[in-house]
Amino acid sequence: MKVVLEHLTKKFPSRNKKDKSEVVAVNDMSLEIPDGKLVGLLGPSGCGKSTALNLICGLEAPTEGRIFFGEDDVTALPPERRGVGLVFQNYALYPHLTVRQNILFPLQNLRGEAKLSKEVMEEKVLEAAKLVQIEQLLERKPGEMSGGQQQRDAIARALVKMPRVLLLDEPLSNLDARLRLQTREEIRRIQRETGVTTVFVTHDQEEAMSISDVIVVMKDGVLQQTGKPQEVYNDPDNLFVAKFLGTPPINVFDGSVRGGTLHIGGDAVMRADGVADGAYTVGIRPEAFRVRDDGPLRCALETVEVMGRDTTIVSTHPAMQGVSIRSVISAEYAEGVGGDEVRFYLKCAKVHLFDPESGERVRFSSAEAL
Amino acid sequence: MNNRSFKGWLYLLPAILFLGAFMVYPLVDVFVYSFEEGYNSASQSFFGTGLYNYRYVLRDEYFLQALKNTFLLVIITVPLSTGLALLISLALNSIKKLRELFQTIYFLPYVTNTLAVGLVFMILFKKTAYTDGLVNLVINFFGGASVDFIDGPYWAKMFVLCFYTVWVVLPFKILILTSALASVRQDFYNAARLDATPKWRVFTRITLPMISPQLFYLIITGFIGAFKAYSDAVAIFGTDLNAAGMNTIVGYVYDMLYGNSGGWPSFASAAAIILFAIVLTITCINLLVSRKHVYYV
Repeated sequence: MKVVLEHLTKKFPSRNKKDKSEVVAVNDMSLEIPDGKLVGLLGPSGCGKSTALNLICGLEAPTEGRIFFGEDDVTALPPERRGVGLVFQNYALYPHLTVRQNILFPLQNLRGEAKLSKEVMEEKVLEAAKLVQIEQLLERKPGEMSGGQQQRDAIARALVKMPRVLLLDEPLSNLDARLRLQTREEIRRIQRETGVTTVFVTHDQEEAMSISDVIVVMKDGVLQQTGKPQEVYNDPDNLFVAKFLGTPPINVFDGSVRGGTLHIGGDAVMRADGVADGAYTVGIRPEAFRVRDDGPLRCALETVEVMGRDTTIVSTHPAMQGVSIRSVISAEYAEGVGGDEVRFYLKCAKVHLFDPESGERVRFSSAEAL
Repeated sequence: MNNRSFKGWLYLLPAILFLGAFMVYPLVDVFVYSFEEGYNSASQSFFGTGLYNYRYVLRDEYFLQALKNTFLLVIITVPLSTGLALLISLALNSIKKLRELFQTIYFLPYVTNTLAVGLVFMILFKKTAYTDGLVNLVINFFGGASVDFIDGPYWAKMFVLCFYTVWVVLPFKILILTSALASVRQDFYNAARLDATPKWRVFTRITLPMISPQLFYLIITGFIGAFKAYSDAVAIFGTDLNAAGMNTIVGYVYDMLYGNSGGWPSFASAAAIILFAIVLTITCINLLVSRKHVYYV
């Protein structure tokens, strides 16, 4: 089921009653979520991603705009008639019911033609439990299970009635680091097996990048960019997206273009054609750095962190923003690094220019490393 | 005894001393008196020991009347007040406007003096030479005949007592239940809503189990409180409850000690022990039932 958001806006009244101003949680958001894909709704806390999710499932009504499931306009439809499954951030499993009863709960609500016989319900519960691999735990209560198991129970409950769309609100935030890695693979697998269109909300870019077919980056209620994770990472539309994606984060410098050459501080680092002269904010991905004895970008060496496969070189530069530059280099090329200074040349595709005022991306037509 | 537990006992000592002197010792004493025939507290003497006191009390018409009154009061008011409180709390929980106002109104009886409330009830229900009382005026308006609720037939008096008791115990129950309802996480309701759960099912399968500990607490304390009822009857029918036929077990105990026909600590003790046995039994049954139906987070 394809999900389409059309100019969706959600305003909340201000908490301060005297103040008539409104908080715009979601601002004119238009988005098409393709059928059967796993979509990660990504953004920092308070960017409106959870509100967007609540709008899709119907727990919140939009101030403006429309929502379509396939060809159906569901904007005015109450949540119970939309056919969505929602996994809550804290799972919201009924604590007094066993896993079996929790998964059974949505099925028992079916009335009229949709009503199922006991045997069919039992079968579906088992099927859902098997899908999330908790069939051994059916008689447990949520309080007797680990966070990861509760998470699976919640997913099973959301999936058992075969929703048109599955929504997950911060599905991994309550899990420890190890479980998080494992569970995100699980979510990926479950989504693949069921083929249900899935939207999950997260503030963890790594999480979103690793399992999503499509990521949607939001900030302050405004959609920033959407696309395949790698594409968005490689080709960010603005400085916010560039900064938000990637670990270690992108390195940001104050730079300028003069006569088709990009300067960072006093260093002319790159040929950049098709860009007007002027000041720019320059973003350089950690993996864009290449060590060379006569490289154009001269940085003061701080430390070298050996990680085994890769080496992280931490250095500083007078024109940088932030406290240090982190560059990730394949270990074999980092052997000669030492002393006070390290010199780099840059891989042009990983260097992005942004307008220093608006933060919008300024694309160059061609570039060449110096 | 190690140093740590010694300290612990030391801190507990004041409470233990007071409870021992004013609770445990009298309890044991009452138990002993109840088996001593004709105990006299002034001379500290008695005729003999045995079950005579119990035999007397259980054959005493006044005690049987008090027993009947108390049981009726318990059976009628505990379910009624708890159910009403639940209904009102649900209603309060589902409104936004004026909720605080209504909460205050429903809580008012709790801070009002029992005897003052009793007075108001007398004005509402009592038939005098000058007026039949407000309630009777209403009954007359609908074409009914006046009923003397204070000195009239038994059912009318019992009705007033139950009405009064329910009204007095309601506020505390509403207070407990509104806070219990408010503490049920909204997520559960949202989850139920997304699954198209019918309202009644949300109530029975989610709300009730979630507030079951508080509900159970109210039922147990409600039973105990109703069994111990006394002041309510006095507030409405005056101190001579035996004459009004509206005595309660605790009232009977009091009368046996200090009433007009008082001065019988042995009979009073026996009656008190019988009440204790009844309350203990009911509470144990409550606890057994609760194991199956109460869910603790």
